[in-house]
Amino acid sequence: MSVLLIAEHNNKEVRPFTYNAITAASQINEDLHVLVLGHKADDVAKSLSEVPNVKKVIHVDNEIYENYIAENYTSAIIKHAENYTHIVSSANTFGKNLMPRIAALLDTSQVSDIIKVISEDTFLRPIYAGNAFATVKSNDKKKCVTIRPTSFDPADKSGGSAEIVKSDPAEASSLTKFLKKEEVKSDRPELGTARIVISGGRGMQNGENFKLISDIADKLNAAIGASRAAVDAGYITNDHQVGQTGKVVVPDLYIAVGISGAIQHLAGMKESKIIVAINKDGEAPIFSVADYGLEADLFEALPQFLSELNKLNTIQK
Amino acid sequence: MKILVAVKRVIDYNVQIRVKEDGSGVVTDNVKMSTNPPDDNAIEEAVKIKEAGKAKEIVAITIGEEKAQETVRKALAVGADRGIHVKVDNVIEPLAVSKILKKIVEKENPDLVFMGKQAIDDDCNQTGQMLAALLNWPQATFASKIEVKNNALEVTREIDEGLETIQVNVPAIVTCDLRLNEPRYASLPNIMKAKKKPIEQISASDLGVDINPRIEQIKVEEPPKRKAGIKVASVEELVQKLKNEAKVI
Amino acid sequence: MSREVMEYDVVIVGGGPSGLSTAIKLKQLNPDINVCLLEKASEIGAHILSGNVFETRALDELIPNWKELNAPIKTKVTKEKFLFLGKQKSLSWPTWLLPKVQQNHNNYIISLANLCRWLAEQAEGLGVEIFPGFPASEVLYNDDGSVKGIATQDMGIDKEGNKKDTYEPGMELHAKVTVFAEGCRGHLGKELIKRFELDKGKNPQQYGIGFKEIWEIDEKNHSEGLVMHTAGWPLDNNTYGGSFIYHAENKQVFLGYVIGLDYQNPHLSPFDEFQRFKTHPDIKKIIEGGKRISYGARALIEGGIQSLPQMFMPGALLVGCDAGTLNMPKIKGSHTAMKSGMIAAETIYEHLTKNLNLSTYEQKFKESWVYKELHEARNVKPSFSWGLILGILFTGIDQILFRGKLPFTLKHKHADHEAIKPADKMPKIDYPKPDNVITFDKTSSVYLTGTIHDDNQPVHLKLKDPDLPIKYTLEKFDEPAQRYCPAGVYEIQDVNSVQKFVINAQNCIHCKTCDIKEPSQNITWVTPEGGGGPKYGNM
Ligand SMILES: Cc1cc2nc3c(=O)[nH]c(=O)nc-3n(C[C@H](O)[C@H](O)[C@H](O)COP(=O)(O)OP(=O)(O)OC[C@H]3O[C@@H](n4cnc5c(N)ncnc54)[C@H](O)[C@@H]3O)c2cc1C
Ligand SMILES: Cc1cc2nc3c(=O)[nH]c(=O)nc-3n(C[C@H](O)[C@H](O)[C@H](O)COP(=O)(O)OP(=O)(O)OC[C@H]3O[C@@H](n4cnc5c(N)ncnc54)[C@H](O)[C@@H]3O)c2cc1C
Ligand SMILES: Cc1cc2nc3c(=O)[nH]c(=O)nc-3n(C[C@H](O)[C@H](O)[C@H](O)COP(=O)(O)OP(=O)(O)OC[C@H]3O[C@@H](n4cnc5c(N)ncnc54)[C@H](O)[C@@H]3O)c2cc1C
Ligand code: SF4
Repeated sequence: MSVLLIAEHNNKEVRPFTYNAITAASQINEDLHVLVLGHKADDVAKSLSEVPNVKKVIHVDNEIYENYIAENYTSAIIKHAENYTHIVSSANTFGKNLMPRIAALLDTSQVSDIIKVISEDTFLRPIYAGNAFATVKSNDKKKCVTIRPTSFDPADKSGGSAEIVKSDPAEASSLTKFLKKEEVKSDRPELGTARIVISGGRGMQNGENFKLISDIADKLNAAIGASRAAVDAGYITNDHQVGQTGKVVVPDLYIAVGISGAIQHLAGMKESKIIVAINKDGEAPIFSVADYGLEADLFEALPQFLSELNKLNTIQK
Repeated sequence: MKILVAVKRVIDYNVQIRVKEDGSGVVTDNVKMSTNPPDDNAIEEAVKIKEAGKAKEIVAITIGEEKAQETVRKALAVGADRGIHVKVDNVIEPLAVSKILKKIVEKENPDLVFMGKQAIDDDCNQTGQMLAALLNWPQATFASKIEVKNNALEVTREIDEGLETIQVNVPAIVTCDLRLNEPRYASLPNIMKAKKKPIEQISASDLGVDINPRIEQIKVEEPPKRKAGIKVASVEELVQKLKNEAKVI
Repeated sequence: MSREVMEYDVVIVGGGPSGLSTAIKLKQLNPDINVCLLEKASEIGAHILSGNVFETRALDELIPNWKELNAPIKTKVTKEKFLFLGKQKSLSWPTWLLPKVQQNHNNYIISLANLCRWLAEQAEGLGVEIFPGFPASEVLYNDDGSVKGIATQDMGIDKEGNKKDTYEPGMELHAKVTVFAEGCRGHLGKELIKRFELDKGKNPQQYGIGFKEIWEIDEKNHSEGLVMHTAGWPLDNNTYGGSFIYHAENKQVFLGYVIGLDYQNPHLSPFDEFQRFKTHPDIKKIIEGGKRISYGARALIEGGIQSLPQMFMPGALLVGCDAGTLNMPKIKGSHTAMKSGMIAAETIYEHLTKNLNLSTYEQKFKESWVYKELHEARNVKPSFSWGLILGILFTGIDQILFRGKLPFTLKHKHADHEAIKPADKMPKIDYPKPDNVITFDKTSSVYLTGTIHDDNQPVHLKLKDPDLPIKYTLEKFDEPAQRYCPAGVYEIQDVNSVQKFVINAQNCIHCKTCDIKEPSQNITWVTPEGGGGPKYGNM
């Protein structure tokens, strides 16, 4: 049995979540093959062949794959499907769009958004927006699985040398036409997808003080969040609100500043990988979920934090 | 044009769900149920297209137990013309839902099928794409803007990198994002009128599709509780820990 | 302003036991009467919170075959206990020494919310049109001053009062008779009582705030059918209140606390008293190892017949707790609410068919068992204004020896909001911090209620004078709204020593306590957008 992973890329570079998906896919089975559908995407195929976990790269080069169109991808993937027990991709908008189309044609019930591989047919996945975890076992012969990228570490990128096999394109669909893609370019990453989020609460006292937060956000390339109390008080607009009635964020690092940690706020950030709390009240509930708690006045702590960051010679972005 | 809109009945998004003690699922007794939120956007968009004179009929369909009819009723109250309720007694998977929908599409011949991008209970995010595959129709998922062109739709999609615009030929499947529009309220007079609109009841078993589950749900449990970590004494220590221990900056 | 108009024979405001019973009875008397019932909650039952030990007397009359129809009334009361709590100890009171009205065999432990859902099914089966999610926000009057009907709330108005794209105007519902069944402190009922001076010559109305939590507990601590009440700790002798603990089906206990809103100390926090109560060893041992699954609070009306307003007016009737038909010593109001609704239905039927005056409602009410019950109970609550001990002694004499037939009637002297004393004259109370196992804070409690209001709508808690909270109430009473609100809606925010009164209207669980207890009556609760508020399950 072998696993086929569908790579996400922009013909020049591998998109980062593919590496997280590789980790998960190789936990299902070590015989992991990666399919690159693209146009002039040799660099992509090459990068993937260097990933130690990858045993083989199948590269299909054709202009119909220049832009990602689920209909075109699907017919190509179906062509290769019979050699594999599992077809895998990341559960971002790329994989979510693609995989069910494949699964339906293979008459397979897809397992979406898994956060843990328990065995080759049994997986853990969140339901009800992460408020419950379901352990599910797929009884289909062929399994289609999407992977929540943030639940798996990215695979090592170098050291391997898998063979690259060229393959022919499948038929193109005339039903769908790509028109354009606008990458949202903003100075700051989006709250929903940022790797680091720094949020301010009512402890900030006013809107001007959010400058202390934005300075650090600039330094860390972080998105800015807020509690509802801060939004209601008019310190910041409501598109920054994190929580039950705001956005749900799952960054690698979440920094809560002057936020007490009400359950409605936690509902929006408690799945973050690392949580930092800065609060002057040592008994604030936020400390009960924080990996690193700093009991301090934020008006002293934030400027210090910035100057400590300035001292570091490298910062991951 | 004729638009078929799929609406699903789910636990209301403001209700805090509770996992059953025996691990067999979540508690649904005496729990407020509502229409899956993006399905409201799907209905709204269909009604807008009809109001713009570009569609003639909107048919709302749900698949579920007896009470799922309420969701169709709600769709009728905001502008759908008639409803279909496919009765199933057990929980069924998106693959089965899309097979049922395929049968209905073959019967109704809609030009467009609108659905939500994802149901907030199982968070599968599959049904629309599966239906598109089974019908061999184009799909436009996560739509945040829809323009009706001559025999085609121009759809802006919310993707991770930003926005993508594609053109799909009609007939097509569109799955709707919450940002597509702001659903209207059902007004009292329209709710009253909706009570008189027809809902056709079909039993899933009469459609002759295989709806047996392929996936076994072994157990449902609460997510593990997060534990308190450590307190750091200074900002310096915090930055060091983030850099060297957690390796996140 | 042009709003659509619909005409009905009868419009009922509120889908609690009283409103639903009115609707059912009307349809039983004549299926051709067209009846419309509005409910502000997103579904029937979602705003109902009650104990509830249920006396079936009214239901037996209304739907005699309720058992066959599978009414959600299953758990018979099997055992009863009454405890006086000291700080650590407790004293069990023999139940045979309890006044008869406080004995509960023959009664059932139920979820009133579920009973209402069932009643709504029966009503719809009879042809009543029920519209959940539509608050009645305004009373409409005819030129002659009689009640013409109601208007529903406009939807889609933003914070500043502008129309949003989704704006949907309210609708006018005109009726030959409008029935107000909003429950305790109905906001339209309040307006009508004032406008028609229905409370003229009556004692000021009395209220309490009731909390309820549902716990799923360890099997070994559970005893289905057990009904337990307590008095005493943590309340002092001058504060009227007590607890209930009902062992229901499925290993659940309904645990609650009621505190009279005539309490005097502005530092008192009813919510924290309730939380603290659970730490008593005799209570803690019941819930230890269990899990809290629901929380909620609702005001209840305690004035009894001394305070019961006139219940009819031109074109309209008041039923149930909107008028104040609760039997306080029994802490039961569901059966009396239902019966008042049934009597109202008979009155309306005769009004519509025989043109009899609506005032016959009062007469019928006086001849019914509800009145007798309330009459016998009338002296219990006022006697507690002498303190717990004297109150209990008096109640013993009044209820056990004389069965409520003493030849005099005690008076309620003050409205609840007048009872509160200046902060500097009263002791501060230090409440323990929640442990998140047995006791909790307000925000995590509100979380369990499923409460939501669209944030972009006008605040539905209106201040007559927006400066009063900081200028006066804070200084004089340490702004008790911070404490009496069971949902943490009101906060005093201190930014660099500048104080601000914050209203988190989204948290509101529609209990109506602020409308009752605000010392200057400065807060008025009005209906928010339909469907807002809690989403209670089996409360
Ligand atoms: C239906 C509903 C939905 C809700 N949805 C959300 C939601 O989506 N998101 C959300 O956030 N909330 C939500 N809430 C509100 C939530 O319950 C809390 O009220 C809110 O999160 C509190 O925000 P806060 O922590 O900023 O304010 P507070 O609770 O007032 O906390 C401020 C904190 O700042 C600290 N502080 C003050 N000064 C300093 C200083 N100088 N230095 C360091 N620390 C300081 C204090 O110790 C305190 O812990 C919702 C509530 C309800 C009922
Ligand atoms: C492993 C597993 C366990 C499950 N366990 C449970 C459970 O415990 N409890 C439970 O209730 N269900 C359960 N299901 C449910 C079942 O799969 C769903 O009813 C359904 O088939 C679709 O999943 P989804 O709604 O997440 O699909 P999605 O693909 O996320 O739905 C997208 C859209 O499809 C449309 N749609 C989906 N279903 C319907 C429908 N029934 N009628 C009309 N339109 C629809 C809607 O427009 C919706 O917005 C389980 C499924 C799986 C795979
Ligand atoms: C903590 C507690 C414990 C109790 N225990 C018991 C007990 O054990 N036994 C017992 O018999 N009784 C008990 N009661 C009392 C009992 O709950 C009430 O007497 C009973 O609910 C009154 O019924 P009602 O129909 O008059 O009002 P409610 O039950 O309050 O119903 C009123 C309904 O009208 C709706 N409404 C209000 N205003 C509007 C509006 N403007 N537009 C549309 N809808 C509106 C409300 O949302 C609500 O659904 C208890 C009460 C409390 C608070
Ligand atoms: S704001 Fe008033 S009505 Fe709302 S929960 Fe608080 S006290 Fe009750």
